[in-house]
Amino acid sequence: MTGELSGILEHVDRIGNLDLEGVEPTSHVVELENVLRPDEPRPSWPREAVLAPAPEPVDGAFRVPSPQAAES
Amino acid sequence: MGELGQLSVAEAAARIAAGELSAAEYFEAWQAAAAGDELNAYLWSVENAADYEVEQGPLGGIPVAVKDIFCTEGTPTTAGSRILEGYEPPYTATAVRRLDAAGARVLGKTNMDEFAMGSSNENSAYGPVLNPWDRGRVPGGSSGGSAAAVAGGLAPCAIGTDTGGSIRQPAALCGIVGLKPTYGSISRYGMIAFASSLDQCGPLTRDVTDAALLLAALQGRDPCDSTSVGIEGGIVAPSREDLKGLRFGVPAELSRDAIDAGVRASFEATLARIEALGGEIAEVSLPSAEHGISAYYVIAPAEASSNLARYDGVRYGMRRGGGGDLVEMYETTRAEGFGPEVKRRIMLGTYALSSGYYDAYYGQAQKVRTRIAEDFTTAFGAVDFVVTPTSPSVAFGLGEKTDDPLSMYLNDFFTVPMSLAGIPAISIPSGLAQPEGGGDELPVGFQIAAPAFAEQKLLEAAYALEQGIGFEQEAGSRRPWNGGSGG
Repeated sequence: MTGELSGILEHVDRIGNLDLEGVEPTSHVVELENVLRPDEPRPSWPREAVLAPAPEPVDGAFRVPSPQAAES
Repeated sequence: MGELGQLSVAEAAARIAAGELSAAEYFEAWQAAAAGDELNAYLWSVENAADYEVEQGPLGGIPVAVKDIFCTEGTPTTAGSRILEGYEPPYTATAVRRLDAAGARVLGKTNMDEFAMGSSNENSAYGPVLNPWDRGRVPGGSSGGSAAAVAGGLAPCAIGTDTGGSIRQPAALCGIVGLKPTYGSISRYGMIAFASSLDQCGPLTRDVTDAALLLAALQGRDPCDSTSVGIEGGIVAPSREDLKGLRFGVPAELSRDAIDAGVRASFEATLARIEALGGEIAEVSLPSAEHGISAYYVIAPAEASSNLARYDGVRYGMRRGGGGDLVEMYETTRAEGFGPEVKRRIMLGTYALSSGYYDAYYGQAQKVRTRIAEDFTTAFGAVDFVVTPTSPSVAFGLGEKTDDPLSMYLNDFFTVPMSLAGIPAISIPSGLAQPEGGGDELPVGFQIAAPAFAEQKLLEAAYALEQGIGFEQEAGSRRPWNGGSGG
């Protein structure tokens, strides 16, 4: 994979030589202004629905291995 | 499938609405067709249509094949990835809900390149999709399952997503119509994110009229996606019969691009067809478009590397490892869950965003993006549309480009600039051509791009040209849904 990535980067590097001084970067193509929705309470997802696809939920929460398991 | 399989979506919807065709009978016929999928086009399809109720609306009773990148409540949604195997989302994507509200119904979920990263469908964790014209060839990608399902007579219509050509290129390689609308036309809510500033949903259909019918239902602002704005005035069925007064720009740069002889001949013949219909051909210049691939393969992987951070074995999908500690679980899950192309792009993206390289890669790519958008703005000052071949070649063989990711990327040469500029573009079949190296003739796609939110004008021109080309007559019995080729 190292060789493949090098080949891709070599191709991509071509844009490094372009003179783009003063050109504005585009992060988003549609001109939009940020809007806020009214701050009104809405029902949220039921806890069971959100936990249903989780690998090992427990006591109404996501469960993950202990961050310190290796040391304990 | 018989006679029902010959109907376009517009024809079937009209017959169902008039009470001349039973929606249940129509759905069951397509359900049986989907169940007989030999192309690996579907990852899941409905098994039980017994509870079918006739829904009212412009798409009343129409089955739709949905790319497996759209979340569908209670049915599997994998995005073609092992890491989401078995995942059933708790909600449905807005695009699918809008189709449903128009009376359509999901027929199945279609195979795709993993997380929409690919141009051949060979990056699916669930095996490649076969091209219905020639099963030894790829259908294109990443919406290859959707394209093959429509072209192969396994669905009357489909939706897909296009980030750098993922609707247009498979549509071209399968001989159908594929439309990437303007960025912001259709909500991305519930559409699994690949590159958020580029991803856009769109239809894959047999003809331009059906594409308009689906777009009319799909487009619109959605409070759940703050970047969605919809198409002002909506979309109606196109009816234009000529191209009088319309100017079509051909990029001057095309003359030195590597295009297969058969594709170039079909493209030239289509330009002559445009003139015969009263349209005018002019030369335009897109000097920055040649850097589109470079900019795209920085921006898209950068956004993907961030979007795909959420697949870590904690909240959904598969979990591996964990006997050690939390970090070991993350690493094992991602190492086993992602395929090689996804890993490649996550590494490229994180590299391009890393401190010290950010300006040279990501910053520079965003500036190239500006230049490409400016090229189109300048071109549209002089012409109504910009036209190119959709793909430099007809469908290539399975395995032909898998060892060389860069050559696979270059396949998106003609579709990526429009994605970076956010403008709409459609691919329509323009004829058949022999692959380089010989063999049976295969479909060629013709791409037409228009200014942002000019979808109606684009569809009108594409419709008039479609009638003029008469691909239906040329392809005739070779159309896989007519029983031709491998179909």
